[in-house]
This record gives sequence, structure tokens and C-alpha cells, in this order.
Amino acid sequence: MTDLVELTIAEALDGLAKKEFSAVELTQAHLKEMEKARELNAYVLETPEIALERAKKSDERRAAGKAGKMEGIPVGMKDLYCTKGVRTTACSHILDGFVPPYESTVSQKLEDEGSVMLGKTNMDEFAMGTANLTSYYGAVRNPYKDKTNPDKFLIPGGSSGGSAAAVAAGLCMAATGSDTGGSIRTPASFCGIVGCKPTYGRCSRWGMVAFASSLDQAGTMTRTVRDTAIMLEAMAGFDPKDSTSANVAVPNYEKALTGDVKGLRIGIPREYNPDKGLNADVRHVWEQTAEKLKAAGAEIVDISLPSTQYALPTYYLIAPAEASSNLARYDGVKYGLRVDGNSLDEMYTNTRTEGFGKEVKRRIMIGTCILLEGYYETCYLKAQKVRRLLCHEFAEAYKKVDVILAPAAPETAFGKDDDSTSDPLKMQLYDVFTVPSSLAGLPAVCVPAGTSEVNGLPIGLQVIGNSFQEETILRVAGTIEAMSDMPIRPLRVGGK
Amino acid sequence: MSIDREMVKRLGILSRLRIPEENMDEMVGELTKILGWVDQLKDVNTDDVLPMNSVVEDMNLRERDDVVTDGDIRDEILANAPESMDGYFLVPKVVE
Repeated sequence: MTDLVELTIAEALDGLAKKEFSAVELTQAHLKEMEKARELNAYVLETPEIALERAKKSDERRAAGKAGKMEGIPVGMKDLYCTKGVRTTACSHILDGFVPPYESTVSQKLEDEGSVMLGKTNMDEFAMGTANLTSYYGAVRNPYKDKTNPDKFLIPGGSSGGSAAAVAAGLCMAATGSDTGGSIRTPASFCGIVGCKPTYGRCSRWGMVAFASSLDQAGTMTRTVRDTAIMLEAMAGFDPKDSTSANVAVPNYEKALTGDVKGLRIGIPREYNPDKGLNADVRHVWEQTAEKLKAAGAEIVDISLPSTQYALPTYYLIAPAEASSNLARYDGVKYGLRVDGNSLDEMYTNTRTEGFGKEVKRRIMIGTCILLEGYYETCYLKAQKVRRLLCHEFAEAYKKVDVILAPAAPETAFGKDDDSTSDPLKMQLYDVFTVPSSLAGLPAVCVPAGTSEVNGLPIGLQVIGNSFQEETILRVAGTIEAMSDMPIRPLRVGGK
Repeated sequence: MSIDREMVKRLGILSRLRIPEENMDEMVGELTKILGWVDQLKDVNTDDVLPMNSVVEDMNLRERDDVVTDGDIRDEILANAPESMDGYFLVPKVVE
């Protein structure tokens, strides 16, 4: 029999339909793979009993002719999706032992479409990080190896680092991610998988642990663009429980994957090609991919998004401001950790001081600072004004082009103990290419486009589209995938 | 307004975070560095630009029927409380 963990979702759905294997067998194979690859620390909670029970029900549904869009597909669930009866912590100590009494809309939709949850995946604490180094449950190891130094512990990117590593290593067929400033796209680039952050409002935020609500968006992490199309369709859609959910019909994304980019106008923003701060191999893959798209009939258009350099400081004002407000709810009263004190205030302070990690505290302090009188106008409101300018520039660009092609991350995956990891300001620079489209709420998909000649590590490119143009970005991403020589089979770190 | 130890202390109180004495200077340095870095935004001309709260600002907030939607799951919600009693969340004494 074929090795079940090496299949794509599309192949597995086919095999399940032809009764070549059952959902239970598919789930068992993945549970076994998870056991073999625990050194990656991709999961913070494995839920084998739930998985096998759901797989059994999935087989029954399929037998009864009631198969959903993801029927029988084993998935990893980022630990910030509330899952009824299953511990959810956003990888923070402050949510110790929190067992949600309800299910997030996204995870519910995935379950309704037949998918089988294997467990909760590791992430940066409250999704605040670029390298998955801020998790209370420890770092995640990228399954890829630097060919110049195979023993080096490489980070998977963040914040959806556990999801990315799990998908890349075959510890699930797909996983949920969430993206506030690049948390799906950066790990997708570092782990050689496809990561899609749809338009803000496309997927419901209900039941997702909030970081920065005007930016947070649920998304997909898979090994192929076709799998992304299948999963996104299952996850997306209007939800009255999310006040910013968009009442826009969800198309059949798979149908959009025609492979045809003839006549499509692809913008190359010159501000994404700085003299310093872009790895030469990443630049090379980007230029090469643009050439190939041109050869396939697309029109390559040089564009300018002049305010790009201001996106990072704008993001690092808006996101902490929203976070400081969102995280005020963790007070030791309603759920999670409580550290006692002599007064109510002392209990709050003790709980929060012990419960939050360093990076989260840092962002709460920054957010609290810029919301103070005296800073509010010059920092917070100023950032919101620049945000409007950034959005306007994108809108102008989309009058000239259909999509924008850019790097997803300025580098390939780096080491856990590299110098940059101890400097928050340097770490923030890794978000430079993902943050602008987050601020504008635009859909963007990161697709593996090549590898570095120096270290052999994967390089992802980002296709950014106009609002609700997921079909167009997936079509272009599918073409890039077909043209690249990147493997789409998992890495099997646990051996066969 | 510059960041000093007094300011960090104030932010700690507002955020309900205790900043240990030995970390004070580090926090002063970090906040000063961040505020210095974001200061570049003042080079952007934003005259006549309105602040943007959300990218979906053209969306109207939806109305719903004025009915109770609490789910009637008090005990399930309280089950996550570190301490509860008689259907209430329990906190340290606040009234002397």
C-alpha cells in the first residue's frame, strides 16, 4: 500500500473515495508518524482518542454517502483555536488548563466537512513571534536541515511554527494557522509549504484567541496549492458571530486552478527589493520566478508602493495597542492561571506577571504606552493614518496589476541560537514583506518557489491579491508550484 | 515625553505587570528604542488623512433580535474558573 502520510489531501480524498484505505487507517498512520517525530515539538497536545473516534465516524459518513469536502483528512489545529473539551492555551502559561466550552467557527467548519483533528499545534505565545521561540511549551524544530550544518537547530518560523513543521514533516495533511503580520506566510516559507492568509473577513475569527483583532485572520497550511484550495473552501464563509465577517459567497477555489496565467498582470514592487536586507538567493528565486511567469504568458509590471518602509513601524504600533487591550481579559478570575495575592489588584498583578512570557509583556507595555495621553495622537492615531495611506497605495496598484509577487521572508530559516533571535527589533525585520498586506487586509499566499544554493533551505514567494481575489492568487501560486522543482512530499523525519 | 523609570513603573501599574527593579533599566531602554524607531512615521505627511480602525470600515454593524443568547451554560463557563462558589466567580475580598 502507498505510504499514507506522503499523500496530498487531493490524493487521499481520491483514495478514500475508491476505498483503497479508510479514514481510520489514514489517521492511524499519521498518529504513528507524530509519535516518531516528537523531537520536533510540533504538537503541544496530541488527541489520538478524539482523532480515532472522528475517523471512525468519518468512515461511517462516507459509507452512508455523506462525505464532506475534507472527509477523513487528518489535520493539526493551531493552539489558538478554541476546541470544545480540548485544552486550548495559545501556548501561554496564563491559559493553563483552559478547556473551552465551545468550538471556534473555523475548527467547527473543518469538522463539519469531515476533517479529523489530530491535536493542537505549537505556536508563539499568543501568536507573538516570528520564530516560534516564545511558546511556553518550548521551541519547534524545522524538519529541514541546513546542508552546511545539518546539526543546527533551525526554527520553523512563527507564529504558526508547529503547524508548519507538522505539515512539512507529514505529521498531518494540513493544519490551521493564523496570520496577524505574517504568522502563516513566514513559517510556510521557512518550512517549504503553502500558507494562505485569506482576505480579512473571509474566515470567522470567532473562537480564535485574539491578538490584534483588526489584523488577525485564520488561514491554511498545506503541502500543495490544490490542498490549500480544498481546505480554504471548507474553512471560509460568513459567520454572524464575528462582527467583521464578510457576507461574501465562497467560490469553488479548486476550479480556479487552471494553471493559465496568460495575460495576467503581475506587479513587482520595487520597494520589496532593497539593496540591504534581502538574501541573494531569495532575490534570485524571485527574479527567476517572474521570468518563468512571463514565459508562461503573464505580463510583468514594475510597480511602486512608496510607503512600504513605514509598514513595519505602523504595524508595531497598531498590533501591540490592540494586544494590550485584548490581553486585559487575563486576570486570573475566569479561566487559566491564578496566582493568589492579598488583594484583588495584587492577585491580578501576580497572575499576569507570572502568566505572560517576556515578549508578550514587552508588547503589552508598548501598547499601554502608546495608548497613553501624550502618545495616543503622535503614535497610535498616526499609525492608523499611515495604515490608510498604505491601503490606498495597494488600491492604486491594483488598478494596474492583478496580483503582486514578492518574497515572503527576507531570509531562509535561521538557527534557534543565532544572534538575531535575542534582539526583538531585529526579529521584527523578518515581517517586513508580510506586514503591509496584513495592514491592508489583503489575501496572500506563500508558495515554495525554490531553494537556497548556499544552504539548501526552501524559499517561498508571496502572491498578494486584491480583496476577495483568493482565486487569482491561488491560480498564480499553482502555476509557480508547477514550475518549481520543490518537492511536495513530506520530509519523514521519523524515518520510514 | 521620554521614557524613564517612573514611566515604566506607571505602565507596569496600568498593565498589572510587576517589573522587577533589576529589569527596570532594560525596559526603559527597550521602550526608548522602540519609540525612537517608530518616530520615523512623523516623516509621512498625513494631513487630511483619517485614522483607519479597520479595513472593513464600510461594513455596517449587523443588528440582531434583542433576545438572550448567553447559551444558558453557566456551569460550563464556571468550570474554567480558578475559584467559584454558588454560581459566581470568586475573587479576593474587595470590600472591607
